[in-house]
Amino acid sequence: MNIHEYQAKQLLAQYGVAVPQGQPCKTVAEAKAATEQLFNAGHKLAVIKSQIHAGGRGKGTFKHGFKGGVKLVKSVEEAVNVADNMLGKVLVTKQTGEEGRLVSTILVASAETIKKEFYLAVLLDRANSRPLIMASTEGGVDIEEVAEHTPEKILKEWIDPAVGIQPYQARKIASGLGLKGDVFNGAVKLIMGVYKTWWECDAAMVEINPLCIVETPEGKEAIVAVDAKISLDDNALYRHKNIQEMRDLAEESPLEIEASKFALNYIKLDGSIACLVNGAGLAMSTMDIIQHYGGMPANFLDVGGGATKDQVTAAFKIILSDPSVKAIFVNIFGGIMDCNVIATGIVAAVKETGLTLPLVVRLEGNNVAAGKKTLAESGLTIISGDTMADAAQKVVKTIAK
Amino acid sequence: MSIIVKPDTKVLIQGITGSFGARHAQLSLAYGTNVVAGVTPGKGGQLFEGKVPIFDTVAEAVKATGATASAVFVPPPFAADAILEGVDAGLELVVAITEGIPVRDMVAVKRAMGENNKTRLIGPNCPGIVTPGEGPESKGGCRIGIAPGYIHKKGNIGVVSRSGTLTYEAVWQLTSRGVGQSTCVGIGGDPVNGTSHLDVIKLFMADPETHGIIMIGEIGGSAEEEAAAWIKQYGTKPVAGFIAGSTAPPGRRMGHAGAIVSGGKGTAAAKFEAFREAGIGVAATPSEMADTLLKMM
Repeated sequence: MNIHEYQAKQLLAQYGVAVPQGQPCKTVAEAKAATEQLFNAGHKLAVIKSQIHAGGRGKGTFKHGFKGGVKLVKSVEEAVNVADNMLGKVLVTKQTGEEGRLVSTILVASAETIKKEFYLAVLLDRANSRPLIMASTEGGVDIEEVAEHTPEKILKEWIDPAVGIQPYQARKIASGLGLKGDVFNGAVKLIMGVYKTWWECDAAMVEINPLCIVETPEGKEAIVAVDAKISLDDNALYRHKNIQEMRDLAEESPLEIEASKFALNYIKLDGSIACLVNGAGLAMSTMDIIQHYGGMPANFLDVGGGATKDQVTAAFKIILSDPSVKAIFVNIFGGIMDCNVIATGIVAAVKETGLTLPLVVRLEGNNVAAGKKTLAESGLTIISGDTMADAAQKVVKTIAK
Repeated sequence: MSIIVKPDTKVLIQGITGSFGARHAQLSLAYGTNVVAGVTPGKGGQLFEGKVPIFDTVAEAVKATGATASAVFVPPPFAADAILEGVDAGLELVVAITEGIPVRDMVAVKRAMGENNKTRLIGPNCPGIVTPGEGPESKGGCRIGIAPGYIHKKGNIGVVSRSGTLTYEAVWQLTSRGVGQSTCVGIGGDPVNGTSHLDVIKLFMADPETHGIIMIGEIGGSAEEEAAAWIKQYGTKPVAGFIAGSTAPPGRRMGHAGAIVSGGKGTAAAKFEAFREAGIGVAATPSEMADTLLKMM
């Protein structure tokens, strides 16, 4: 699960990470009050940031023509104008696709003078099953580019999960980043806090980009997390009620939300051949084989190991609510699951949804003969495939006509 | 021969009275697997199916029955504890079937197991392991987990995979062509797991009864690349493989917690390339996994 920047900063602040002063606003009036508060506290510049899950906000454009999903403002009047142009408007960035995302919350925060930018992240190193802190002097840029071209500029520190992060490890990173004095000490505290956020919240990834040395209104230097991104381990959400409440359904595809109600794993893609498969690996492979034979998959859909008739019917309805779907490929390897139960579910779902699109079914496994018989005797036009390859070719052919 | 488990391996089931554990314990018994004990805290002293004794702790079960392997069917919040209980009881093998264990719990389990060379962990989030037997529909073998027993056939091909149904697909392709398997291992779809592709590949290479290997991977991580690099240098047997997820969009988790292309890493293209470089036969589609290997043998 992903959360918004302002929510990430709330979590980080709880673990002692310095973040710019600011607050989320849902109305122009709230934004006005928040900006006034910042200016009254001595800040000379504020930043207004659209809260959507997609990246590329700064360079994005709103559908009504307003440019920039992140804007600096010098006055309350300016802030009111910007807030009015963001709230309730749709922002299109390179990551949102053409449809864009509705901005219903903006973050109004202090914008101190940035003197230097760094990169800091905590993630799981899958190669050795340990948490890894990555930091770089190359902040504010695409870290993948840095990793590709100048990997020596990335500092890495692995954490022993038995004892957790030790202060010397944070000092090593701060020293590696070339920090001195108060900023060094501030960075140590901040790094410890970012790691603790990752561990305590069961995060998949915490990324601070950029992490900045800023000049405070008092003219001092401080290190703060100017932007923050957190993604959570879905498997661990059950033990974090506060984080569950941060879920923003508006950021998720309506079809994916509907699928999750039936414990179906659905991801919408851009193609025209829908697939319904049991098992994640087989579901991915089914998408791959559709493409291999010249088609494009419309979705990933794993109905799980013990799919019921209700789940199969729900799956059909979800598939059919995607208007770009032109044909359906059902690929089931019924290991323990009875193929006849699945076949009965398919027949019921087709009848209930009044399916008119071409349907290719490949059934294999337990009680497959009875399953095939059920399909054949259903009176429905179902094209049967003997192997995955046979069925994939047949389904691609149905839309080539 | 086979790897990791033999038909006479003594198996215990952790979570034998849960619906999922009970169902698969029954199927393993029907397959002829030597299921000697079950563990459900608080139900010690009862019998499962009127014949398999249930214990409160793994340690008691091991002491009383001599079980050396376990299957963990315990729900996600309690699974890490169940795995470590098996390790503490000195089991040789713990197979964690449970899907949905928090990553942090598995990080802690791996750290707690440390350099422990006594217990092998397979999974979590895996279909388990099968060494087919000699009976009809491969009965009389060792089935730990949730794989359908009847699709197997005793023989000389080793299969290792991160995915359940895709493993069954490969096994069924082999069996339909009259080709049997030495052992089939599902290592699981989570980002932190006990046994890697490489661990299993090494065992297959050393097993005289395994003559060829099917290795099935998917997007995410670099375990397939590591196995391929080792095979390139030390491989002595034909290996064919497939990687699922060429069409998966970057940054999305494809069902399995570990199946995600992040930061441009873990793509199917990179893994296929590692396969080719190592002389591993690449199946153009998942329908051709068995044929690709058989052509090499």
